[in-house]
Amino acid sequence: MHPAPFAYKAAHSVEEALQLLRSHEDAKILAGGHSLIPALKLRLTQPAVLIDISKISSLRGIRRENGKLIIGSGTTHREIEQSHLVAEASPLLASVAPQIGDVQVRHRGTFGGSLAHADPAGDWPAAALAVDAELVIAGAHGTRTVHASEFFTGMLTTVIEPDEILTEIKVPGEGTPGIYLKHRNAASGYATVGVAVTATHDHGRIGTVTIGVTGATPVAFRASIVEHALNGHAVSAHLLDEAASHAADGLECLSDIHAPAAYRSQLVKVMVRRALGKLLHA
Amino acid sequence: MEENHVGITVEVNGRPHRSTVEPRTLLVDYLRDDLGLTGTHIGCDTGQCGACTVIVDGQSVKSCMVLAVQADGAHVRTVEGLAQDGRYHAVQQGFWEKHGLQCGFCTPGFMMQSVQILEDNPDPSDEEIRHALEGNLCRCTGYQNIVEAVKAAGATIRSGAETMAVGTGVGA
Amino acid sequence: MAVASPTRAFGASIRRREDPRLITGRGKFTDDMHLANAATAMFVRSPHGHARIVSIDTSAAAAHPGVLGVYTFEDVKGFISGMPCAWPTTNTGDTLKLATYPPLADGKVRYFGEAVALVVAIDPNTAADAVQLVNVEYDPLPAVINNEAAVAPGAPLIHDSAPGNQAFRWSLVGGDTNGALAHADVRISQTLVNQRLIATPLETRCAVADYNPASGEVTVWVTSQNPHIHRLLIALSTGIPEHKIRVIAGDVGGGFGAKIPYYAGEALCIFASKELGVPVRWSESRSENYVATAHGRDHIQHIEVGATKEGKITALKVTAYASLGAYPSTAAPGVPTWLFGCIIQGPYDIPNNEVHVIGVYTNTTPTDAYRGAGRPEATYILERVIDLVAAKVGRDPVDVRRLNFVRKDQFPFKVANGTLTYDSGDYELTLGKALHTIGYTDLRAWQAEQRAAGKLVGIGVSSFVEVCGLGPSSAANAMGFAGGLYDSATIRVHPTGKVTVFTGVHSHGQGHETSFAQIVARDLGVMVDDVDVIHGDTDKVQHGMGTYGSRSAPVGGGALRMAGMKIRAKAQKIAAHLLEVAEEDIEWVDDAFRVKGSPDKSKTIPDCAFAAYMAGNLPAGVTPVLEEQHWYDPENFVFPFGTHICVVEVDRETGETHIKRYVAVDDCGEIINPMLRDGQVHGGIAQGIAQALWEEAVYDENGQLLSGSLMDYAIPKASVMPHLELGHTVTPSPHNPLGVKGIGEAGTIASTPAVVNAVMDALSPLGIHHIDMPLRPAKVWAAIDAASH
Repeated sequence: MHPAPFAYKAAHSVEEALQLLRSHEDAKILAGGHSLIPALKLRLTQPAVLIDISKISSLRGIRRENGKLIIGSGTTHREIEQSHLVAEASPLLASVAPQIGDVQVRHRGTFGGSLAHADPAGDWPAAALAVDAELVIAGAHGTRTVHASEFFTGMLTTVIEPDEILTEIKVPGEGTPGIYLKHRNAASGYATVGVAVTATHDHGRIGTVTIGVTGATPVAFRASIVEHALNGHAVSAHLLDEAASHAADGLECLSDIHAPAAYRSQLVKVMVRRALGKLLHA
Repeated sequence: MEENHVGITVEVNGRPHRSTVEPRTLLVDYLRDDLGLTGTHIGCDTGQCGACTVIVDGQSVKSCMVLAVQADGAHVRTVEGLAQDGRYHAVQQGFWEKHGLQCGFCTPGFMMQSVQILEDNPDPSDEEIRHALEGNLCRCTGYQNIVEAVKAAGATIRSGAETMAVGTGVGA
Repeated sequence: MAVASPTRAFGASIRRREDPRLITGRGKFTDDMHLANAATAMFVRSPHGHARIVSIDTSAAAAHPGVLGVYTFEDVKGFISGMPCAWPTTNTGDTLKLATYPPLADGKVRYFGEAVALVVAIDPNTAADAVQLVNVEYDPLPAVINNEAAVAPGAPLIHDSAPGNQAFRWSLVGGDTNGALAHADVRISQTLVNQRLIATPLETRCAVADYNPASGEVTVWVTSQNPHIHRLLIALSTGIPEHKIRVIAGDVGGGFGAKIPYYAGEALCIFASKELGVPVRWSESRSENYVATAHGRDHIQHIEVGATKEGKITALKVTAYASLGAYPSTAAPGVPTWLFGCIIQGPYDIPNNEVHVIGVYTNTTPTDAYRGAGRPEATYILERVIDLVAAKVGRDPVDVRRLNFVRKDQFPFKVANGTLTYDSGDYELTLGKALHTIGYTDLRAWQAEQRAAGKLVGIGVSSFVEVCGLGPSSAANAMGFAGGLYDSATIRVHPTGKVTVFTGVHSHGQGHETSFAQIVARDLGVMVDDVDVIHGDTDKVQHGMGTYGSRSAPVGGGALRMAGMKIRAKAQKIAAHLLEVAEEDIEWVDDAFRVKGSPDKSKTIPDCAFAAYMAGNLPAGVTPVLEEQHWYDPENFVFPFGTHICVVEVDRETGETHIKRYVAVDDCGEIINPMLRDGQVHGGIAQGIAQALWEEAVYDENGQLLSGSLMDYAIPKASVMPHLELGHTVTPSPHNPLGVKGIGEAGTIASTPAVVNAVMDALSPLGIHHIDMPLRPAKVWAAIDAASH
């Protein structure tokens, strides 16, 4: 497995990376490389230039500001997995990280790279939707911030323009309870279906529930029907059953040799129900 | 330097190597073909099997998923660097004693990942070991003796016991 | 553990002697052979399952800087025109249609991934670039994948030489099956699919060829389970004289059957090396391995069973459609016939049985042996049948097994079709031990409680006997195998008493360098560390037949035992001479020849070896040097057996199967090294569980392989494997020189039906009695869903 030839440019700042992007036709950003390099090896993609942003230190790191958790796009899955700050501020992200790929993949693969790749079976898109992440994108004319709900536009596509770079991701940092349940493809380890849920409740009454679902459809989505059926209601097993049973309503699920659409639809319902059960104890 | 070649310096098992490589050269091919360190193996092309696992700057990675140019300036540990001062690493000894290998092809990758596991936590449970080995495939052992090997290595590390000398038990 | 005494060498869990090099990165796998000035070979492969080749334009590739040669079938056919099939068998008259298997596609491609052109370049990057520059124009044809569809009227014709895509028909008949079916109390008909699998050794295939034009000699390093067979087939297919060919299979990273065959990859490396005058290396990628290396299994089986109302099976009739893939691979026709049909009644006394096999061509990668090879397909039928009969007559499947077992007092036992005589066995013994280990009675009570609580929990039992130790050459020849199945050993005791052993079988993970040293150490009274075992190099080792069919310990080990006895016989003469007593006055005690009544007066084998090499003081008629050779041709196969039990829980909502316990009790006769035996069982079980639950080579209707990488073909990971509880019993083979029976395939054979039976037991309250493998969650959930509507 040998990639076609390409030129390699290492950027040491976001500005330099943007400059390189503008000055090269047919360039691709290399971050952790764990989606790109396999595609290069299989010659599914043959860019002329790779711009390596993994050495840009400003893209890496986790901090909390004004109650928000701010994660650099170049932060690895492993750094998130091992971060005490993430564990405290975002139990959902802390639940996702150790379920991604394997240890070696998590050592290299990045949070931003995974979001920007927008693989329909990726794990982070579900979580980004569930926490309503804000994604900061740098371009020639400064930065713009996009909510996760508007970020993913289709299978493997996002709002990021060819001359832009995802720099950081902001998520709520109040420690809202959350959990990620994943049905792993037995071969690839990717999500057949992954369900990311946050929920608050107080004295038996549900506050706010958010549900992001990946793997089931060409692009991750928020299960709004279920959320609306739950928010503000008294917790009961019956309510959760009823709400979760609608989690796949209207979905046109993906189908492959591992999981036909009907099965993915079933998993969405079952896993939403189970996640709700764990968070709401019913 | 040829056109479109890049100069890199990589320290492998404590020894610096200055090389020029095509940017498309994978770290695993650089180790095997340029440096002749053939202990690191290639078992797949999609990053699934982990046979090529090495440790780069203290973190286990699949060297078929990293470009050699990305390792410029890095410290790389491979299976050839595990034994130190004429003695086996505890992980090597564990794999040997517990029959953690059969054909031995996946073994260097398993051992490097096991080194990582035990550096993260010298006393992992069976379940933690199995989870942390998810990125390594073995077709011979059914994994049972690999889990035993990692546990035995952990016990050796925790006890501080001296490991066997390289060259033991081969009639030499 | 290290063993201090040679007398305790045999039977001890000794650390492996091959491991030091493997754990230090000092192994020498084929791809590690970096020869100076070596070129890289790569193949252009078909993107179609079935197509006519309109044209091949190699000009751009040939003109690419660094490309040394680009070749198509027309270029190579003078060197090699077809890949040979070594097991051209049928037993139903003139029905064998052995299609030509060209090394590169000849006018037509017949499976996805078939090699169309060969590119040789100065390095891998250049070769990969040039592969993209070869322009092949195809005219796609309809493809046929399903084995029954392939022989149905109107199916696309794959080979003009095989009308109806039928490669052969083959049958074995024992007793009066139709009569017994007609009179049976209960009858069951069932179709079973034994899906196509991909062996997936972690090391893909690789070959390095170095042709020396001055001497006419070629050295070929190749990932082979049988280097001498490779040498023979290279000689026969290319015309290079056999004595000019050196085949070296050094460290080989697993085989599981897929490295038995002789492939175009190695043949064309030799061609290119000869053509270009440089060494040529070809190293398969994993994606390439999944299309270019033989697949396994792939049967559709129609089964009819007759039984008494107590569950005694009186008749079994099997009609199997077995795929050879697009071309006949080296041993392919023998796998779904003799290796499958002979053992069709398994450990059971089924007096009337018939097997009919229709070998078919389909637009798929050629099939060949895969761990177990034929025997898993037969065992799966029987073990599903037992459970189906038990359900039908309302008895515990364990009781039905007992009712049907060949009893201990029936050995040697001749099967109904007359092909095999089981050497020894005690099927009750392993079953009883497995039941005891798992606590079967309590387990059934627990299951009843769990079921009452709404859980889907199941217990699956699988008893088996396999035919191993392939095998007597007379039987092999009678079955149409173009080769003997003896094996060889040379034991060279050096002047200092150190020992080098040359074995004709090959180790690719089995640990022969250890277990074979243990055999010789015991027989020669020397330390295990003083015995080195050499294998895999045709210039070092006398002819041998290699490793498959669990034959290494019974046949290769048997040869070693016999050669060791020859060493002992010669040394005894020398010892008596040195001790100045008559030969009959000394005896072998522990590790030495000792004078009867004066055991302190003794000579060891090293003592005798030194005298043999000094050679000036030898008894009359005794030649110098202490080295002996033996070719062992077994008088019968060996028949290991056992019982495995699996406990599962199935998630009703997701269809996921969780293995909660797994107990395996195997009997492979005498044990050389318990640690290695357990390792073989562990790995075998993992592969068998994987067939039951996850693995499947899937093609679409156009012949595209959809499970073409490890992203889609699910071999098990550490996190999904249960902890395995092993037990064993010892029923020696009465005819084998070591009393051993072979253990390499047992786990794979037994575990698949154990798991499937467990899942079906779990689902039986829902009225589900069979789902074809693999029991992936989606499929199981769909069955549960359908059953509840």
